[in-house]
Amino acid sequence: MKRRTFRRGIHPPERKATAGRPVERLPAPEKAFVPFLQHFGKPAIPLVKAGERVFLGQKIGEAAGTFSSPVHSPVSGKVLALDLHPFPSGTPVLTAAIENDGLDTRAGDPEKPADPFILSSETILQKVREAGVVGMGGASFPTAVKLAPPPGKPVDTIIINGCECEPVQTGDHRLMLESPEEILKGAELIRLAARAGRIVFGLEENKRDALESLRGSVDGRAVELVLLRTKYPQGAEKMLIQALLGREVPRGGLPFDVGVVVQNVATAKAVWEAVSEGRPLTERVLTCGGPGIADPKNLSVRIGTPIRQVIEFCGGLKEGAGLVVYGGPMMGLAQSSLDSPVIKSTTGVLAFPEGRPEAERACIRCARCVDHCPMGLMPTRLARLARFAVFEEAEKWGTMDCIECGCCQYICPSRIPLLSWIRLGKNRIAARKSGKGAA
Amino acid sequence: MTGPGLIIESSPHWRDKDTVPRIMVRVLIALSPAVLASIYYFRWRAVLLYLVAAAACLATEAAFFWARKKPISSLFDGSAVITAVLLAMCLPANLPLEMAAIGGVVAIGIGKQVFGGLGHNIFNPALVGRAFLAAAFPAAMTTWIPPTTLAVDTATFATPLADLRFHDALVHGTLASLKNLFLGNVGGTLGGTSALALLIGGAYLLVRRAIDWRIPAGVVASLSLFTGAFWLAAPDRHASPLFHVLSGGLLLGALFMATDYVTSPLTSSAKWVYALGIGLVSGLIRLFGGYPEGVMYAILFMNMFVPLIETLLRPRILGERRRR
Repeated sequence: MKRRTFRRGIHPPERKATAGRPVERLPAPEKAFVPFLQHFGKPAIPLVKAGERVFLGQKIGEAAGTFSSPVHSPVSGKVLALDLHPFPSGTPVLTAAIENDGLDTRAGDPEKPADPFILSSETILQKVREAGVVGMGGASFPTAVKLAPPPGKPVDTIIINGCECEPVQTGDHRLMLESPEEILKGAELIRLAARAGRIVFGLEENKRDALESLRGSVDGRAVELVLLRTKYPQGAEKMLIQALLGREVPRGGLPFDVGVVVQNVATAKAVWEAVSEGRPLTERVLTCGGPGIADPKNLSVRIGTPIRQVIEFCGGLKEGAGLVVYGGPMMGLAQSSLDSPVIKSTTGVLAFPEGRPEAERACIRCARCVDHCPMGLMPTRLARLARFAVFEEAEKWGTMDCIECGCCQYICPSRIPLLSWIRLGKNRIAARKSGKGAA
Repeated sequence: MTGPGLIIESSPHWRDKDTVPRIMVRVLIALSPAVLASIYYFRWRAVLLYLVAAAACLATEAAFFWARKKPISSLFDGSAVITAVLLAMCLPANLPLEMAAIGGVVAIGIGKQVFGGLGHNIFNPALVGRAFLAAAFPAAMTTWIPPTTLAVDTATFATPLADLRFHDALVHGTLASLKNLFLGNVGGTLGGTSALALLIGGAYLLVRRAIDWRIPAGVVASLSLFTGAFWLAAPDRHASPLFHVLSGGLLLGALFMATDYVTSPLTSSAKWVYALGIGLVSGLIRLFGGYPEGVMYAILFMNMFVPLIETLLRPRILGERRRR
């Protein structure tokens, strides 16, 4: 049977060696580093001071408005300092350093509703927001905002994203195998919160066992489970919506515009825990792997754990490993410091050997970037326009539509840093639009 | 395990294995059946022409690299050798060798390097060299010898297309048979003779996805439709579309020259327009022009329009409303 999918895209080697390894729990760190910015939007406002004692799960940062999210302490213990600390994006961020007393003391018993499925949409959203749930697939958009459609844009379909199309990563795969019940219950709460009619659950063909696991837990709920072709970037929102529903999100628009909300499986599980147990988001599953890691594993890690500790738990970096990445090999962020903490959106901590840089050649117009761009763009043209600083033209040819999946740069036989040039174009166009001139 | 020593680079962190030199090698592999066929039909003349063209192309490329202070290593990316083979393939077997050398110098110098080298030229370099030779040495460029496998009167020997155009071969019944055309047992350029060898190489490129099927398909379809219309109207005066497809440089052009990455469009829709244009212009020249063969000029003509076609036919971006 020919599986549904989106147009174009690539198929890099999957290298999902850890797919068969159950999630292990990483011991809590002695010192946790909890950034106040772990989400798309404004940083949270600190609620604690140095020297203060905190409980496990205590809110230590309050959301600064709608486009923000609270943050919670992943351990119980003492706040040592609030200071700038290395952060995955490369720019240091205000971070609470918390000394773990090892007791995991909670403030008290959280409120647990008898039947979460009879809660109102507003109550679910409020609990999701309070628990600091954000998109855990990497984008870290505040989930409560994503679940509240703007007036006049009703949502008919919830898509649960179990694609995990990035190579090497297997955290979502393990979650679907080990916690199908929680994911599906979370999906149902998401459906109720967004007042949508149905749930469509998409996952890639290479996770057939996860499909079986989920099927066993569907339990009469209106969930359509769909196996999609294994192809990158299947898990990108616009590609997933196209593959599952045949709808195209309009240019510059959001999934709301076609009546859809997409949520990642880990987020669905976090929503379930937030609503049914009042548990804030202070721990997440990730893959620590790649050819530079001695003993790759899937781990459940407390937010705020320095990645050094994650890597050491997996046998450390192998000889010659020179590239450490948050996320996957296609879209991940390279790290300069192993002191950076795991945050809510950390899907993986991967290490790769230091590759030999290959010389860039002139574009021979082979058209591979065009043939593989899932957005239907002409990457080589966009890159050239950015290179020659013709930003108005670059915008006309669709620079702002680029989703930065990296297919073009991956496939380019001339080794041109196409995506870097396109990013430059995006930055300049955005800066010009916000009236600030060149950033 | 400390911070310093870690590499910072932006995503994606992985690269596909394929590189430009590998692609060029694939094209050379695809050309090899036609090269071997030409050596079979024209023996040492073919070998000499390939060698002279290659030497001229590589020397010219090296001279430009030296003058522009570019690394000489790019000489071995394979592109200059491909230009040399393609140039030799559109020359008559008995062309004086110094003319072939001039063709090579012009192909690389004027056709490619003055534009900035690989990737920057507008016109197919091999065809620029060929066009220059056709203008500079018109007699030598249209003097043909029969393949060593064909026993004919060499004094009045011509290509099947010239027979058709100037010697009323259709009326006299002396036109080359389709079988001889297919195998290459006819007069003509080195690479334009054996349709079979070209098709084998072209099939390899299509299977390896090194060329886009739309271009050869579009060229062959539009030439067939155009010549087919005239053939149906007056079969006694016009040759069949199959004759046109198998003769001259049509397959060489459609499979190996029109598909040149640098000088063909990037997008599918633009490729169709470009390919249909090449077939149509070839047909026009063959039926109504002053030359019996028109594929070379048709490709050069359409090369010129590539930027325009691409600009007019911007592909639809995902989520964009369908235009018109």
